[in-house]
Amino acid sequence: MTDNYKILQEKSQDYIKKIYDDKIVIKVQTGTSGQAVGADEILKSLKNKSNININILEVGSMGLMYLEPILVVVLPSKDKIFYAHVNESLANKIYDHYSNNKSILKENAFAYESNNNLDIDIPKISELPQFSKQLRIATRNFGEITPGDIFQYINSGGYQAVNKALFEMSPDNVVDEVKNSGLRGRGGAAFPTGLKWSFLAPSKAPVKYVLCNCEEGDPGAYNDKGILETDPHTLVEGLILNGYATNSNKSYVFIRQGHDIPIKAIERAIQESYDNGLLGNNILGSDFSFDMEVSLTGDSYVAGEETALMEAIEGKRSTPRFKPPFPAASGLWKKPTNINNVKTISYVPEIIKNGSDWFKSTGTEKSTGTAIVCLSGHINRPGMYEIPMGMTIEDVLEDIGGGSSSKTEIKMLQTGGPLGGVLGKEGFTTKIDFDEMAKAGAILGSGGIIVCDESVSVVDLIRNLVAFNQFESCGKCFPCRLGNTHMYDVLERLCNSSSKPNDLELLERIGKSMKIGSLCGHGQLGYNPISSSLKYFQNEINDSINNKLKPLEKMLTPTRTRPNNLE
Amino acid sequence: MSDNKIDSDSLRIKIIESISKQKRKTVTVLSSLLAVQDSFHYIPDEAIEEIAKTCKVTINDVWSVASFYTNFRFTPPGEKTLDVCWGPSCHINGAQKLITQAHELLDIQGEGESEDNKVTLRYSTCLGACAQSPVFAIDHKMYGKLNKDKVNSIVNTLKN
Repeated sequence: MTDNYKILQEKSQDYIKKIYDDKIVIKVQTGTSGQAVGADEILKSLKNKSNININILEVGSMGLMYLEPILVVVLPSKDKIFYAHVNESLANKIYDHYSNNKSILKENAFAYESNNNLDIDIPKISELPQFSKQLRIATRNFGEITPGDIFQYINSGGYQAVNKALFEMSPDNVVDEVKNSGLRGRGGAAFPTGLKWSFLAPSKAPVKYVLCNCEEGDPGAYNDKGILETDPHTLVEGLILNGYATNSNKSYVFIRQGHDIPIKAIERAIQESYDNGLLGNNILGSDFSFDMEVSLTGDSYVAGEETALMEAIEGKRSTPRFKPPFPAASGLWKKPTNINNVKTISYVPEIIKNGSDWFKSTGTEKSTGTAIVCLSGHINRPGMYEIPMGMTIEDVLEDIGGGSSSKTEIKMLQTGGPLGGVLGKEGFTTKIDFDEMAKAGAILGSGGIIVCDESVSVVDLIRNLVAFNQFESCGKCFPCRLGNTHMYDVLERLCNSSSKPNDLELLERIGKSMKIGSLCGHGQLGYNPISSSLKYFQNEINDSINNKLKPLEKMLTPTRTRPNNLE
Repeated sequence: MSDNKIDSDSLRIKIIESISKQKRKTVTVLSSLLAVQDSFHYIPDEAIEEIAKTCKVTINDVWSVASFYTNFRFTPPGEKTLDVCWGPSCHINGAQKLITQAHELLDIQGEGESEDNKVTLRYSTCLGACAQSPVFAIDHKMYGKLNKDKVNSIVNTLKN
């Protein structure tokens, strides 16, 4: 271990002591999801209290979003009590209780964590399947530490991988380790990460970039922003490793303006890393120097496409470029560039720390490691979960998700974002695995899983997805721009029982033109929601073609903002 | 000299300040537009000119970027902005009805401003709190697990 890293470790131990020693620590889980149900007000209210034996700590979400706002009381014995659905008055009651009592307050407690069996009638957190069936690698610190706080991160093993890579491994070793781990891109395309890095590494260009894509526009997916706002240092550490492995100089973390919580967290993390010699010149005293900056974009879904993203960082309209040249040869500002999704990068520190064989031992042969899924819709336990690859969808829905939240059964799932697929019941035995999911017609993509019960009409769901795609088409390739609008019109007909007999063939023809005539996935995959729905719901779609279904209301969709003062 | 000209001059000074004081190192047309939008909540004509000067590009180049991203607007918004989410998670949880309800309460059709200019209503493709759907946001602060009553109460606070 290097002296510089040792000093940081000692500093963080002292720092942690001040928070925890002989104190009760109340952790308030905030974040985008927590904020939506009032976690911020709770934090504010508790911070106004002043018992010197109790510390209030803001932490990110542990992923169990259906129970939020969540409060965790850490006792001096290190036992933890988890409270669900906390409101301001209960939060105050919890605070006052632990100020005066050594007993455990049972109200709204849903689980505890301890090395012993406590004498209370709530389960241990490890007995809850939605927790125990997870395997948390990228999300290992979720719900534990303050987002962006470097000493809390280091105390939980953070930056060990950077220390190891810089002083014990060559850049090639790091690339090989990532290659051997079998890690594949989590942004949607599932391209082998190590291989991608090896395209950039040999280039001798003096300026090279590694970009991180957090332009997570997929409705139903919030895991990229989730990592940023919960444990941003994991990402910073992963990017430093990415930079070292490919001998690059600078990284941009790309995210949409307006997502204030994740932006604030990543900027804090970057600043604290600079302050402690983990970014900037000669990281930890080594020869390696690396910079990092957040780059904001305006609202544009296509900005998440790798070359469109580079256009946006350069300050232009985010439309995709022609390929070749590929980014590894000529990317951002025509310099060799590598780009990865947030989730992909977040695995790298643990892979380097524990070795690629360790990582490979989880998951399936071709999809190693874990998947971070976001459950939402008609499911009992919506939230963000990290599960080993190879678990079946059924198990995810039942064990993790707790089944349907309504009186009817789960009818279908929408996975992988609006360019992804629709999966019917017959597909629920599919394993969560890039290739198996693709075979079933539903890409794993970014990990969003929207659960629909029997009340949801499949044409209504597709209409919503295609409405999104037409709104977000950047307009560069007309098959996409026009095709999506055209498909949307047809779907609107299907929904209000005024369809024409050849509408299905028309949709297929448009989809085909979009596939061959578009530069990027937005047009190429635009027909996916329809083709995958036809696989499972041919009869229902036929009924709507024959105008046999009850007409649905016209959907309220946005119009693009246009300059209205051009004179 | 008209009052309008004086207003425009003082606005220009503020715009130049927001363009030159960006806290991130890399300054581009887009980053400058975002900085202006962040301070003024819209892009005044003067900003287009100033950004063109700063970035050494034409006014057309700046318009090209400004008209592309859907968050930029070119007239001042209402005092508060209500984002209503129509993403699929919110959609299947009844967002359309709640959006209609917000439309009725504010007397706004589609996107736009209420007559007293107190509220701007915007459609959002996804606010990122899908686990708490349906979701609205007021000036970026999220409100989740909405139902008819909650929409009534949060929209009514906007009206006062």
